[in-house]
Amino acid sequence: MSERTLRGKVVIAGIGETDYYKHGQSPDSEFKLALRAILAAAKDAGVDPKDIDGFTSYSNDRNDPSRLSAALGIKELRFSNMQWGGGGGGVAAAVGNAAAAVACGMADCVVAFRALAQGQFARFGRGTGAPLASGDDAFTIPYGIMSPAQKFVMKVVRFMHDHGVKQEALRAISLASYYHAQTNPRAVMYGRPLDEAKYDDSRWIVEPFHLFDCCLENDGAAAVIIMSADRAKHLPHTASYLLGVASGSDHRCAAPVHNGPNYPSSHFATVAPRLYEMARLGPKDINVVQCYENFSGGVLMSLVEHGFCAPEEANDLLRLENLIAPSGRMPMNTSGGNLAECYMHGLELVNEAVRQIRGDSVNQAPKHDTVIVIGGPMVTPVSSLILGSEATL
Amino acid sequence: MSYLPEGLPAPSAGADDLSAPYWEGTRREKLLIQSCRGCNHWQWGPEWICHRCNSFDLDWREVQGRGLIYSYQRIWHPVHPALNGHGPYIAALVELPDAGNVRMVGNLLGDPKQDVPIGGAVEAVFEHHETFTLVHWRLA
Repeated sequence: MSERTLRGKVVIAGIGETDYYKHGQSPDSEFKLALRAILAAAKDAGVDPKDIDGFTSYSNDRNDPSRLSAALGIKELRFSNMQWGGGGGGVAAAVGNAAAAVACGMADCVVAFRALAQGQFARFGRGTGAPLASGDDAFTIPYGIMSPAQKFVMKVVRFMHDHGVKQEALRAISLASYYHAQTNPRAVMYGRPLDEAKYDDSRWIVEPFHLFDCCLENDGAAAVIIMSADRAKHLPHTASYLLGVASGSDHRCAAPVHNGPNYPSSHFATVAPRLYEMARLGPKDINVVQCYENFSGGVLMSLVEHGFCAPEEANDLLRLENLIAPSGRMPMNTSGGNLAECYMHGLELVNEAVRQIRGDSVNQAPKHDTVIVIGGPMVTPVSSLILGSEATL
Repeated sequence: MSYLPEGLPAPSAGADDLSAPYWEGTRREKLLIQSCRGCNHWQWGPEWICHRCNSFDLDWREVQGRGLIYSYQRIWHPVHPALNGHGPYIAALVELPDAGNVRMVGNLLGDPKQDVPIGGAVEAVFEHHETFTLVHWRLA
């Protein structure tokens, strides 16, 4: 049996996104946003939208592939796939699922996408309006634990306690995203810089998360098109190859009521090694990092679990000067990410990874042959991927 | 007076009644945790099967209401209307050494601005509401 891998088998042929809006401010419905992003990605790839033959998404995206297919008038739907799990945990997996379909011949031109209109639908950061809490929720919601920040923060508190990680490390993660957003006209926080004093003075959401440690809530859509690597030479731009992708979670990660054995974790303990194994790369080979910020503390643990530093080195690595392009030793979230570009459940990070490979990011890293996208941490399952230029094949 | 204002969602054993013995126990101020009759393993939260030996023969055993703080959070931003204007409150994740170190979530009673010692010993406090009882913790 030949080696089972996706390494080098597919490219991200095109990327697209809508304008990004503060939550509730999109003039378009969520479905229309999805259509706009998909059309933009098709145009970027130089393909006829009617040749799209598959859709993947995650986090129970509401925009059904059958409706999309009918609306766009695509010729034939061959692959439709939903990655289970909430938030942005599935962002890299959605790309990986599309890649798997293309690599094994189930489809030829698959869109991975995410669309959100929190004005049309409910916001993420609000508690439940239901009178009763059942299942796992019965053991947490009556104690006032109901928002994502509240569900995840005790992992971060314990991790910082165990390893002596300081508040300044979280602050640097937030500052880096805001720094990059100031040169990115797409960013919702473009023109709204953040400095140390403003961060320190901002209100607590839940300790140790200040307001600026928490992702935005936005409306918009983003999409990428995955095609066979054979397509690379016909693309209108530098090809971005998928070198590796992995998803999942470690032993009993989702054990009920905060009983996962490896609790102070972003949940990448088993996923990251599998990612690097497929990519045949290690953390030292990665030029640019796109790391999903639902909350800054999740970034901290994701970076550790992907081997970018030991827990005890986090205070040294997580300084603003290390994280910014072009001068930093580990440019991270170069578009502004979920904190400052747009909370598009991490698909905006995939788009930015492709821009870095192509060399046309507004915060271009000097070395950009390999870019990692680490999906939403602390949920389950999680996922991450690595893109590479042709030179890395 | 309850630790958090009234009006938050009330706990329910759910349509499948999986956790009903636990909630009934709290009414009598007894802390009942799932334990496997097949392999003696403790597990929490409730599930229909023992994750260790996959037996469906699960029991509910009473344990001492004492534990150690494993982690915690001090919450400032209200995300439910019942909490508007309430100010900070603390939730703790508590390990139960008498039940295989399973972890339970509850509020930590006392000053909401107190320093919280990870590893600190706590004891259970039953807070009775009209139709349900919550299990909180206070430093022992």
